[in-house]
Amino acid sequence: MMRLPWFRHYAPRLLAEAARILAGEGPQAMLIAGGTDLLPNMKRRHQTPAALVSLARVEGLKNISNGSGLALGAGLTLSAVVHSAAVREKYAGLYQAAAQVATTHLRNMGTLGGNLCLDTRCNYYNQNYEWRKAIDFCMKKDGEICWVATGSKRCVAVSSTDTAPALISLGAMVRLVSASGERELAVADLYRNDGIDYLARKPDEIVTEVRLPSAAGWKSSYWKLRRRGAFDFPVLGVAAAVKIASDGTVEQARIALGGVASRPFLVDKAGELLAGRRLTDEAIAEVGGLVASRAKPMDNTDMEIYWRKSVVSSFVAHALKEVRGDDMRSTRLRIARQEL
Amino acid sequence: MNARTKFSVIGKPRRRVDARSKVTGLTRFADDLVLPRMLHAKLLRSPHPHARIDSIDTSRAERHPGVHLVLTGKDFPVSFGIMPVSQDEYPLAPERVRYVGDPLAAVIAKDEQTAAEAVELIEVKYAPLLTIATPEEALAHPEARIHEYGENGNIHRNQAYEFGDVDEALAESDHVFEDLFFFQGNTHLPIEQHASLAAVDGEGKLTLWSSTQVPHYIHRALARALQMPAAHIRVIACPNGGGFGGKCDLHNHEIVVSRAAIRLGRPVKICLTREEVFYMHRGRHPVLMKFRTGVNKDGKITGMHLQTLLDGGGYGSYGPASTFYTGVLQPVTYELPRYKFEACRVFTNKPACGPKRGHGTPQPRFGQEVQLDKIAERLRIDPAVLRLNMVAKPNSLTANWLRIGTIGLAECIREVVRISGWNEKHRKLPEGRGVGIACSAYMSGAGLPIYWNKMPHSGVQLLLDRSGQVTVFCGATEIGQGSDDVLAAIVAEVLGIDAYDVRCMTGDTGLTPIDLGSYSSRVTVMMGNAAIQAAENLREMLAEAAAEHLEVLPDRIVLAQGRAFLADDPGRGIDFRAAVELAETKHGTLGSVGSYTPPRPPARYKGGGVGPSPAYSYTACVVEVEVDPSTGWITVPKVWIAHDIGRSINPVSVRGQVEGSVYMGLGEALMEEQVFRRLPPKLSNALVHRIPSLLEYKSLTSLDMPEVETVLIEDPDPNCPFGAKEVGQGPLLPVMPAVANAVWDAIGVRIDEVPITPDKVLEALEKKAKGENPRVGPEHFPAVPYPEPIFVAPPWEGGDGNAQKPPRRAKEAVTS
Amino acid sequence: MNAVVSVQRNVRMTLRVNGEDFDALFAPYKTLLEVLREDLDLTGTKHGCELGECGACAVLLDGEPVLACLVLAVECEGRSIETVEGLARGSELHPLQSAFADLGGTQCGYCTPGILMTAKALLDREPDPGRERIREAISGNLCRCTGYQQIYESIEEGARRMREQSQ
Repeated sequence: MMRLPWFRHYAPRLLAEAARILAGEGPQAMLIAGGTDLLPNMKRRHQTPAALVSLARVEGLKNISNGSGLALGAGLTLSAVVHSAAVREKYAGLYQAAAQVATTHLRNMGTLGGNLCLDTRCNYYNQNYEWRKAIDFCMKKDGEICWVATGSKRCVAVSSTDTAPALISLGAMVRLVSASGERELAVADLYRNDGIDYLARKPDEIVTEVRLPSAAGWKSSYWKLRRRGAFDFPVLGVAAAVKIASDGTVEQARIALGGVASRPFLVDKAGELLAGRRLTDEAIAEVGGLVASRAKPMDNTDMEIYWRKSVVSSFVAHALKEVRGDDMRSTRLRIARQEL
Repeated sequence: MNARTKFSVIGKPRRRVDARSKVTGLTRFADDLVLPRMLHAKLLRSPHPHARIDSIDTSRAERHPGVHLVLTGKDFPVSFGIMPVSQDEYPLAPERVRYVGDPLAAVIAKDEQTAAEAVELIEVKYAPLLTIATPEEALAHPEARIHEYGENGNIHRNQAYEFGDVDEALAESDHVFEDLFFFQGNTHLPIEQHASLAAVDGEGKLTLWSSTQVPHYIHRALARALQMPAAHIRVIACPNGGGFGGKCDLHNHEIVVSRAAIRLGRPVKICLTREEVFYMHRGRHPVLMKFRTGVNKDGKITGMHLQTLLDGGGYGSYGPASTFYTGVLQPVTYELPRYKFEACRVFTNKPACGPKRGHGTPQPRFGQEVQLDKIAERLRIDPAVLRLNMVAKPNSLTANWLRIGTIGLAECIREVVRISGWNEKHRKLPEGRGVGIACSAYMSGAGLPIYWNKMPHSGVQLLLDRSGQVTVFCGATEIGQGSDDVLAAIVAEVLGIDAYDVRCMTGDTGLTPIDLGSYSSRVTVMMGNAAIQAAENLREMLAEAAAEHLEVLPDRIVLAQGRAFLADDPGRGIDFRAAVELAETKHGTLGSVGSYTPPRPPARYKGGGVGPSPAYSYTACVVEVEVDPSTGWITVPKVWIAHDIGRSINPVSVRGQVEGSVYMGLGEALMEEQVFRRLPPKLSNALVHRIPSLLEYKSLTSLDMPEVETVLIEDPDPNCPFGAKEVGQGPLLPVMPAVANAVWDAIGVRIDEVPITPDKVLEALEKKAKGENPRVGPEHFPAVPYPEPIFVAPPWEGGDGNAQKPPRRAKEAVTS
Repeated sequence: MNAVVSVQRNVRMTLRVNGEDFDALFAPYKTLLEVLREDLDLTGTKHGCELGECGACAVLLDGEPVLACLVLAVECEGRSIETVEGLARGSELHPLQSAFADLGGTQCGYCTPGILMTAKALLDREPDPGRERIREAISGNLCRCTGYQQIYESIEEGARRMREQSQ
């Protein structure tokens, strides 16, 4: 049986207390919420924190509050996000993303904040200690070289969060709290394109809340590419959010990608390309081409690299057609293997 | 007995006898066992694919608090291997490691965590050797030689057989089709990881509880490996949490915990991690195949020449048998007048391949069934009709001298065509949707054991006592397939009692008569026949005693519904328990035995022992697919399958085996692969399993699994218990080619290899768009130095089953 | 690998499993899976990967199906834990158990406890789910034996029996 290494465990009740412990313990401590990402990594000795600060009992991290937009506590399980009527009705892209994370069981455990902070993934990294030893490790952990791109100076492990691209397309913000204060960041700015140092979150900061702007006039969609209908991380995630004016033209649009870089990111110029136009097949194809050119998958996930790149424009089209109001149910069923 | 048509137990859908224990979580799998003072073992495995071990320093590990024992290769001087001809493994590698994951040391400690910590403290110095990664490399590099035995260089097995002059047959054919296919390796992936617990009892004798499908073979091999009398070893096969062939070898860890328990006098347990299960492997061989098939205008095959090249991995395992199985069962499905097959297995520095569900036969079955689809296309014959027209004949001999009994294949084809709506779908669905058909045959148990002997393959012992209690003992092993249920059902049917009133004691070499194990789909037929014999013996004793009491002749007595009564006057009778009491009074302690030995195969040539079986099962399958032409994405909405089972013992279990086979077959067709990653050789020697995890080795989830419609064809086979043939393996075989053929029907591209993935489909579609051959598959078959074939004339060409001089060579001899 | 950490002390706590309080002493690195199997002798819960990749170890935590291999046992104090051992009432099987036994929902039986618990959570919430809901609900439980179809049928029949019982 794979087992965790030894660690000290803290279970604070108050956010301030959690922040204080985290600051006091220093970089040897890590936060644990649902544990679905951290514990497998610890079993594989990717991370061996001396202390775990549990957020499970911290009060106030599981709220859902409606305002002009929607505020979601980072401690909400992904199931809670999926079951939220507000999310389902107004932020379809987030609902579709959260509903496709891993499996029912893991969504009952994993949190929204945890999914945002998900460690980057790589077929050379997400392996047991013994396996990694057999390749003499890699630069992300215990080694020197990036085996995916041996000439690369930076780690190219892949951002594999589903909710982040959806939230980026929706223009969401995250709140970060530490012993020394708090700040807000656009979700897009939470990430760096570096497989190792992939988060702008400081080690003593706790992601406490996700704030979504008003959804009035917006429609969103998320399409995930993976081999199976459950378990698998995305090898491509396309999130689109579009605000359509009363005349049927695009007022504002955002397309974000996941699974094709070390961070989820907003595709520059995709919004501009669509603004003022109707979502015609031609416009969709044009933006699909643009988005595809920005996707740079690496050969470190499931499925063939060139094929993954070649299907990006199709996935962009699926997302935009769904936003446009096309009946995408049979396509969705074929790709997601479930209704969403 | 077989002629009977009315049964009380056989053929009735029933709750299997071990189901209650499974749904309550009370079934004790090997890792569920706990003994007082139990210690835990962990293995150190090689990080190198091929290296000499220069030194091992275990001193730090030995000093680690909580460690009781550290073992290395020097503690295991004797080699082992599951077949007598492949004694090429050591429990812990003494001098050389042959794949990443090859174990070379073991720590036994107070708990698993401590053992794992101590394993890290073992210091090993390795001298890397040339890595042999692929069959092509194995053929090209006789050095570094992975083993010092085998044919030569890195060729482990190399063989060739010719049944009739195939070149002549092809030359005289209207068409000759030549195709290359590749079947990627894949693994069993039982959800239960292998676990073993060894303990020494008060008498100093060893008991090993293990997740094994073959306790008898383990018992024999363990006695040799430990150099202990077999009488001092007891192997208990725990119910397996899935086997599929992956628990058929004696595994390193089974010997290690045994030795450790003997050395320490305390129980020692090990449970492999999932990664280690991938290293134990013994799964489907990657096989490259070349088919040359002669066909006449009417679609009848005139002859076939099949060449196979197997990537065996680092050890022999069942490889010698696997090599044969890539050829020997080809002639069982369709009429094949002449047949030649050449097969070569090479060693490579990867985990050893071995037997996985279908053992060696799914690969050539894939090739032949896809090639038949191409033939049908070219000859403009419906692929179902093409097959129907050449189904092998019942009660016949094949070109390679296998005796076929009953054949339900024609009925399977007709049924599957009917229920799938084949005639309305094939070539008629819109672009992007298609159907494919394929068929297969499989054996109901291998005709020979893996070590040479003339003793029974299965033994059953029955015990009855005056309480009315019936206990049946058999070495057969419950791996999930329902063998205990088959055993109980057969005994219950013969004795006229309820299956739940039979207690099964199985898979325990200390208590049960020998059964060779749960492999080659042999259990129902062999154990079943032995059980009928044992139960009939007892039934006679009961009938005699009851007859005496009722003052009639014994042949008037019927045992049914828990009673012994007069056939022509059911009101006159006694209950079962009373009959047992009378019988015990009359005969003394009641017991009986039954044995089963398969019929002698007609083949008399060397190697003719692989392939014969008491009966062959047949299957036909139609798969529907939807393929997105812009991405190559494949969806399987439905599968229809018809299986010739002979007779169902318990239709619930039979259907489960069929649907489970379809499940595993679709996994192999679409996504499962055991593949390896080689790092740039300039920078590293590494050759690692790409994806040794349940996340990245893709097994279909419920959302990926289509609906399956199953039809069972019941045509009882006289060699089988109540006519029941196998069902555990055969239904897997046609699934992969049916998917490939459906992809062709859907979008007109040929994927001549598995898995069939969307990237390959898209690549083929791009070729099609460019006007090139719309095919993805192997392009080249390397020059394999096959030996001169052993020539055997087919039965219809005057042969007697012996090898003879080939006619061509005789002709050449005359002319020179 | 930093395997050895200076502070290595076991923790003691009360865990409520299947309605019964267990006083348990265990190493704090242990997951709920390890504590159930190794410290409470509840070996009905199985394991296939210990990394959240198979579903074999599914148990109910406060009524929700979770994977015991990724739950820290130290975080379970005061919570309700349900395992397969808690399904039957004495010798009377839970309707789901009897349906699985009758309809071939269990073959090797190894994934069965996890699937039973997952199905129980579904039926506790939705007494009459459709086939698609069932497929989704158990999509985090890998089964290598059945091809799932007889599992769906077992869950549907179990649901029917449960509804019958509650009438």
